[in-house]
Amino acid sequence: MAMVLRLSLFLTVLLLSLNPSSALYDDQVGLMDWHQQYIGKAKHVVFHTQKAGRKRVVVSTEENVIASLDLRRGDIFWRHALGATDTVDEMDIALGKYVITLSSGGTILRAWNLPDGQMVWESLLQGSKPSKKFLSVMNFKMDKDNIIFVFGGGCLHAVSSIDGEVLWRKELTTESLQIQQVFQPVDSDIIYAVGFVGSSQFQTYQFNAKTGELLKQSVAAFHGGFSGEISFASDDILVALDATGSHLVLILYQDEISFHQTYISDLVPDSSGVERILPTKLTGIFALKTDSSVVFLRLIGEYKLEVVEKINSAAAFSDALSFSEGQKAFGLVQHVGSRIQLVVKLDNDWNSNLLEESVEIDPQKGLVQKIFINNYMRTDKSYGFRALIVMEDHSLMLLQQGVIVWTREDGLASIIDVTTAELPVEKEGVSVSKVEHNLFEWLKGHILKLKGTLMLASPDDIAAIQAMRLKSSEKSKMTRDHNGFRKLLIVLSGAGKLFALHTGDGRVVWSLLLPSLRRSGSCQFPTGSNIYQWQVPHHHALDENPSILVVSRCGLGSDALGVLSFVDSYTGKELSSLSLAHSIAQVIPLPLTDSTEQRLHLLIDASGRAHLYPKTSEAFKIFQSEFPNIYWYSIDAEKEIIRGHALHSNCGLEETDEYCFNTRELWSIVFPSESEKIISTATRKLNEVVHTQAKVIADQDVTFKYISRNLLFVATVAPKGDCPIGSVTPEESWLVVYLIDTVTGRILHRMTHLGSQGPVHAVISENWVVYHYFNLRAHKYEMSVIEIYDQSRADNKDVWKLLLGKHNLTTPVSSYSRPEVVMKSQSYFFTHSVKTMSVTSTAKGITSKQLLIGTIGDQVLALDKRYLDPRRSINPTQAEKEEGIIPLTDSLPIIPQSYVTHSLQVEGLRGILTVPTKLESTTLVFAYGVDLFLTRIAPSRTYDSLTEDFSYALLLITIVALIAAIFVTWVLSEKKELREKWR
Amino acid sequence: MERCKLLTCLSILLHLCFSRLPLATAFSSGPTEGYTINGRVIVEGMRTQGFSLPAKTSSAKIILNGGQKVTFLRPDGYFSFHNVPAGTHLIEVAAIGYFFSPVRVDVSARNAGKVQAALTENRKALSSLVLEPLREEQYYEIREPFSIMSVVKSPMGLMIGFMVLVVFVMPKLVENMDPEEMKRAQEEMRSQGVPSIANLLPGAGRS
Repeated sequence: MAMVLRLSLFLTVLLLSLNPSSALYDDQVGLMDWHQQYIGKAKHVVFHTQKAGRKRVVVSTEENVIASLDLRRGDIFWRHALGATDTVDEMDIALGKYVITLSSGGTILRAWNLPDGQMVWESLLQGSKPSKKFLSVMNFKMDKDNIIFVFGGGCLHAVSSIDGEVLWRKELTTESLQIQQVFQPVDSDIIYAVGFVGSSQFQTYQFNAKTGELLKQSVAAFHGGFSGEISFASDDILVALDATGSHLVLILYQDEISFHQTYISDLVPDSSGVERILPTKLTGIFALKTDSSVVFLRLIGEYKLEVVEKINSAAAFSDALSFSEGQKAFGLVQHVGSRIQLVVKLDNDWNSNLLEESVEIDPQKGLVQKIFINNYMRTDKSYGFRALIVMEDHSLMLLQQGVIVWTREDGLASIIDVTTAELPVEKEGVSVSKVEHNLFEWLKGHILKLKGTLMLASPDDIAAIQAMRLKSSEKSKMTRDHNGFRKLLIVLSGAGKLFALHTGDGRVVWSLLLPSLRRSGSCQFPTGSNIYQWQVPHHHALDENPSILVVSRCGLGSDALGVLSFVDSYTGKELSSLSLAHSIAQVIPLPLTDSTEQRLHLLIDASGRAHLYPKTSEAFKIFQSEFPNIYWYSIDAEKEIIRGHALHSNCGLEETDEYCFNTRELWSIVFPSESEKIISTATRKLNEVVHTQAKVIADQDVTFKYISRNLLFVATVAPKGDCPIGSVTPEESWLVVYLIDTVTGRILHRMTHLGSQGPVHAVISENWVVYHYFNLRAHKYEMSVIEIYDQSRADNKDVWKLLLGKHNLTTPVSSYSRPEVVMKSQSYFFTHSVKTMSVTSTAKGITSKQLLIGTIGDQVLALDKRYLDPRRSINPTQAEKEEGIIPLTDSLPIIPQSYVTHSLQVEGLRGILTVPTKLESTTLVFAYGVDLFLTRIAPSRTYDSLTEDFSYALLLITIVALIAAIFVTWVLSEKKELREKWR
Repeated sequence: MERCKLLTCLSILLHLCFSRLPLATAFSSGPTEGYTINGRVIVEGMRTQGFSLPAKTSSAKIILNGGQKVTFLRPDGYFSFHNVPAGTHLIEVAAIGYFFSPVRVDVSARNAGKVQAALTENRKALSSLVLEPLREEQYYEIREPFSIMSVVKSPMGLMIGFMVLVVFVMPKLVENMDPEEMKRAQEEMRSQGVPSIANLLPGAGRS
């Protein structure tokens, strides 16, 4: 024992004496990491293709990203992610060089320079109440300024596009006025704003565009009332639905307001259910959505409507695009079998098509959701059209001349959950090794590398070396490797699509649009929530493919019914899916597997019943033996209660379902709701491995870490403090942290930080908790560490007791026991805000830990756990220094070289996942947000393998040199011996 | 031609900006809902380039209260947050390649939104809200230039060094030995049958 301890002490000292920073040289970028940039689901698209030069398209997305894309290849020229609450409402281009965006509920107008994405100006538009948002850019021929008309917050603004100055402002906020449309007929100086007052009055305003003078205001009552959207039936006639939804109301608005009604069932005979008018910007044609189809209607003659087409399949259509003098076209895309058909028509002539194309489409992309069209001049001076299509899986693609020019997998910008799967084992007889073609190639490569290390390489050589290292096929093979670097990352996107990404190069190996996560009759709003490893075969079930479990809910409420689907991790096929008869509040993966290595999962529903999956008698048998040992907790955030639960008995109600269990409440902790509010909780990772419980400290002493899987960290703040910084004073805010044992409900520790507030980000690993919060008194962020030590084992150090057998080392470890624990704690300042926090995890838990901190600048900082050690003091003793204790400083250092994302940013960072590799020293780090980033880090350097840039050639040369030396010395000694003999 | 137009446009814009924003930047204004915080970010090298920021900072973000509001820099480095309530706030600048200290900003309710600012890293009070990076950040280790010492220090270098030592220094040591003692040692070795290097090598047996 002592030997082992001493050895591990020696090892730690050895490890710690090395420089902890695992920095990168700039020519190593891309060797171990990959970075993918996404933008999210496109919401608005503006093309910029008029002039020669780089053709681009500006896109704003659901992730609040504004990006300029290369129209030829789909690459990002520039990109900006706005704040989380700064939703983009409208977008347009002004002056041919500025992108104008309206965001934050129509209150912030910004202009971005089109070539480089620099923000040019920003204007705050004062509004008084939430309303619909409109943006239009108008070009007056006489001067160079374009005027931007913005309606937002109940006010109409005219803004100069050069500097964002508000030229005039008109408030349209009479009682209960809802403006429905703001528009401006072509070649006119009049701006119209039309809307409803209450439910049955129709109001119009006319303004002079230049001065903002109110020209005319009229109001008319319609006894039938209105509902929903207003659309154009023609240039001077609007169309709306009446309150019952059974009539179309045509509104003549320009001079005198007059109404004309038409029964929908007269036009569309077999219509039923509630219709709505789709918001279109077409003139001449409008679209009516019924429950099963889309009907296009057209005005003929005086107030007479005619159905031009009825489309039953899923379809999307674009806004009108004016492409030549007075001609307007629009695009319509629909599914025809496995192909999509794009039709571009003139908006006043339904029967002829300007363009008709159809293209094969990957069924995993789902249905079309949006289309945006743009025109270009063909070489023969005729008009061509290209279309940007947004699919159900949020991917964006460009269709031109009947082919898909490029596709962006932008579903990956909204990752919900991630898990990993091992790749298949390399089978014998299957030769995958094409890595080194022959010895000569291999040697040549290494000689080049050697030249690189000796700084003798020419620029060409350096380029060759870099290319060779980057495209090394070793890292992107589809089989398991010895070090465990190659894995599959299985991610669930917000669109309900599963992707398997290869950790080597980040390519999508397979993708699956989960059928159970698509909207269907029985499941109206499916939302995916989590993925778990369902079956991880090793040992005896190696022939089976691993599979994963996707848990989703049919709706947003907590009592929505659950759906489970099982997906093969190698092929990406859905094996089966289950629609559950109960809701899912919690999923507990149990540490039990059946004979096919399927993991047992316990699903807790909203009414507190537990359900066992898989529903097999074998699983039940295994489960029964562990029945009394299963505990879990639940957090009631509304009532501020944490409860502990255990299983009770079979559900008595339904005799048939033997896999359903009643539960009982074991304990509960009620927080005083007037003074404390739960804002954050954290638990240890289920799969974390701890190497040793003993910790050797200076002067050969041993302490024992308190290692419990049932530790729960809870942070509560004063109810007033649960809001952003700047709204509370230090006196009225406090932060209380608890450490709770979830089996017994015992509070191990409670600590109050006065004058502090959230948000709290916490991480638990081994026997320590690190949490990040805001200190209002110092007005700085702080990080605290709590380490927990088990005192009941502390007296085992006495050798005599060990000899006499009076130690308690052999007493079984029980979760029920109440060991005496000691807490040590320390706090430090930390410069940045934190978005997310995680900790490295390695296969055996020997390697020291690093905290991975996702900062507000979307970078990931690796901070050694040694900086967060409660035993740090200002003047450590010699023995403590040898142990590796760093002298205490009041703030944690930020070393730029220890950013694992180096000079990259993971835009919109949301989570960091660490995956242990087989190599003990190394961890894979996957950071995701709008962007994805994966790298491999070694918190204590790679002490167990040679590094990438290990020079085999130098080794070879050394060996050759040694052999040569041996021969030389041999010859010399021969000669000498001969001389001796002659003497 | 196009470029020319752009430049004139930009310079007009610059003038407008300057005329609208007084150079003493730490002021705030605003009626009912909240106040406006105006500030400026200056990065070294920006002044030499005139009005446009270096490419690195065009994607810089200014973040209020840990993500509550995010804004961007204008070409001249100015930024503003609108509708900020009175209180003590925190502004952070996220720009790749630079380290900025977070700034504590007090917006006074009594004094019509007067702004006081101080860096939180070094508690330095700012007379106006002009933010400069504390330092540039270098994310990569710099490769040491090639030197003989690094080769010598590497394990292989040490091996070669040791070999050289054995080859050239050991014979010297042997020479310095007393010849009689040496003979005795050699005889001892022969009698014990310890193989010499020469015996191990092929062809050595014949000699």
